[in-house]
Amino acid sequence: MTSAMQIQLHSEHGCLDIIVGGTWRLACDRPDEIRQALDLVHAPQTTRVRLKEDALVTWDSSLLVFLVQIVRSTNERKIALEMQLNDGLCRLIALAFEVKSQQGSQREKHEPGFLEDLGGKVLNLAPKLLDFLAFLGEVTPALGRFFLGRATMRSQDFFQALHECSLQALPIVGVTNLLFGLILAFVGAVQLTQFGVQIYVAGLVGIGMLRVMGAVMVGIVMSGRVGASYAALLGTMQVNEEIDALTTLGISPVEFLILPRILALVLMVPLLTIYADVMGIFGGYLVGTIMLDISPMEYLNATISMVNVSHGVIGLIYATMFGFVIALAGCYHGLRCGRSAQAVGQATTTAVVHSIVGIIIMTAIITIICNVLNV
Amino acid sequence: MTKQAPTLIAVRDLTVGYGSFILMKNISFEVQAGEICFITGGSGCGKSTLLKVLMGLKSPQKGQVLYGSEDFWAADSDTRQRIKRHTGVLFQSGALWSSMTLAENVALPLQQYTDLTTEQITELASLKLALTGLAGFEDYYPSEISGGMRKRAGLARALALDPSILFLDEPSAGLDPVSSRHLDDLLLELRDTLKATFMIVSHELDSIFAIADKIIYLDNQTRTIQAQGDPRRLKEDPATALCALDFLTRGAASKTLAKEIR
Repeated sequence: MTSAMQIQLHSEHGCLDIIVGGTWRLACDRPDEIRQALDLVHAPQTTRVRLKEDALVTWDSSLLVFLVQIVRSTNERKIALEMQLNDGLCRLIALAFEVKSQQGSQREKHEPGFLEDLGGKVLNLAPKLLDFLAFLGEVTPALGRFFLGRATMRSQDFFQALHECSLQALPIVGVTNLLFGLILAFVGAVQLTQFGVQIYVAGLVGIGMLRVMGAVMVGIVMSGRVGASYAALLGTMQVNEEIDALTTLGISPVEFLILPRILALVLMVPLLTIYADVMGIFGGYLVGTIMLDISPMEYLNATISMVNVSHGVIGLIYATMFGFVIALAGCYHGLRCGRSAQAVGQATTTAVVHSIVGIIIMTAIITIICNVLNV
Repeated sequence: MTKQAPTLIAVRDLTVGYGSFILMKNISFEVQAGEICFITGGSGCGKSTLLKVLMGLKSPQKGQVLYGSEDFWAADSDTRQRIKRHTGVLFQSGALWSSMTLAENVALPLQQYTDLTTEQITELASLKLALTGLAGFEDYYPSEISGGMRKRAGLARALALDPSILFLDEPSAGLDPVSSRHLDDLLLELRDTLKATFMIVSHELDSIFAIADKIIYLDNQTRTIQAQGDPRRLKEDPATALCALDFLTRGAASKTLAKEIR
């Protein structure tokens, strides 16, 4: 066991003898003769190689990998090879070459340049957009069938989805919006107190929360919380072939899995937004009454007089659209997920990113429409 | 050959369960170096759980698992780590890391436990994949290959560190008979050339009679070992042939043994 890897090289009249001996272990230092042996096999004067063993104590893959390299090199150079090795080594070498590399199985390694990469991404945009539209094309008739009472959707799935995006979301939505109301009031107070009109903090918080910020905050929280969970759940179902099982049974995955989730979010995001608005206004109320010396009645009266119903209605329109965007992004990426754990992770991340981007785009569109309509 | 070989794994009076539920009790057997030992029995008898106890993934409620002279479950973490270094595991599904290529999957244990250069590790990973018939698939991801290929890649990963003990959980489950036969041949070849010891959980009777030196038959009812030894000798023994017949009547295995027993 004490003798390390040993290699003797003899080259005579174009015949190279490689004699291995000693102890070959992965943990042992590799002698320089390994490189020399490979160089000699590639040398033009070598026309024949003989592999021999002498006083070989023990061996593992370290010897095998060396011998396989020699055999491969002789095969490449098409020179004669003779093996005078023990039976085990000969059989393992034969096993390593038994299954030939399948034609076309090996991949060409190609690192695309910046422009090629960018161009590829741009060209990929159109098929992706078409695929999303195809998904939307599956969802729309499914919604139609639901309203006609013909959708294959289980009511317990719908109530389960409702539970996930309603009661379970109340604490996080409450806390974030209370704090957001506080922040909005503080930021407004800095400017408004300079003019002695700190009472307008009530209007700033009330209109801000009701009209857009309540819905946006709920949208962002729900995309992280529910959109991600939809993508992960559907992605895992895809990996486990559960979605394939539904399809083979003739059950539409869109109706069975997607519909209850879209309906739950479209229904619950507006309701959560009302709750978020109340919490945000309460945050502003706390700042107004405690920090700005506004009496509670004065603050409430100011809020009621400055805020009107249209602000709340617009907020609910935002919220409904956000619910739809989050559900679509989560379900789309879950359903189009690959078949590996990594793909599930990617689908989840992409679903959240696309939900948030979708919320911002939707906010911009509705804001512009409201502006044009002078609402 | 195997009778003269030293005892590599010795299990003494093992009791395994979950809380108050006893899954198996009074489990005792020995496996000699270089043996191919199958753990078999009907579905739900605890084959895979016993394998988990041997692999160090689940602790027993009572008893010893000895590797050489060292009691695995009584040993400190360093000793356990050293023992684990000499074992390789093929999980039922292959359990390949999906974010890595096949070559990276095989290379990871080598990177973790050896000081080899990247070039040497790449060569070794390619060799292990070639030994399991996956030459040329180094850059493929697990999701891009078939279930049988995933199994073989899992075996290549299990062989990465030249382990002296290999644990295989249902290696031929889901494989066609030809692939299953090839896998059996490969295991025999690896046993004969690398002198590895195999502990295999399976109820593929064809494989058992083709390559097993020893079987351990677990019984659902008594929750212990009902028969152990050379499968060919057990088949001749009327008492154990009956237990195998019982195993078959529950529909847990192929019909080949039923024909042979008759």
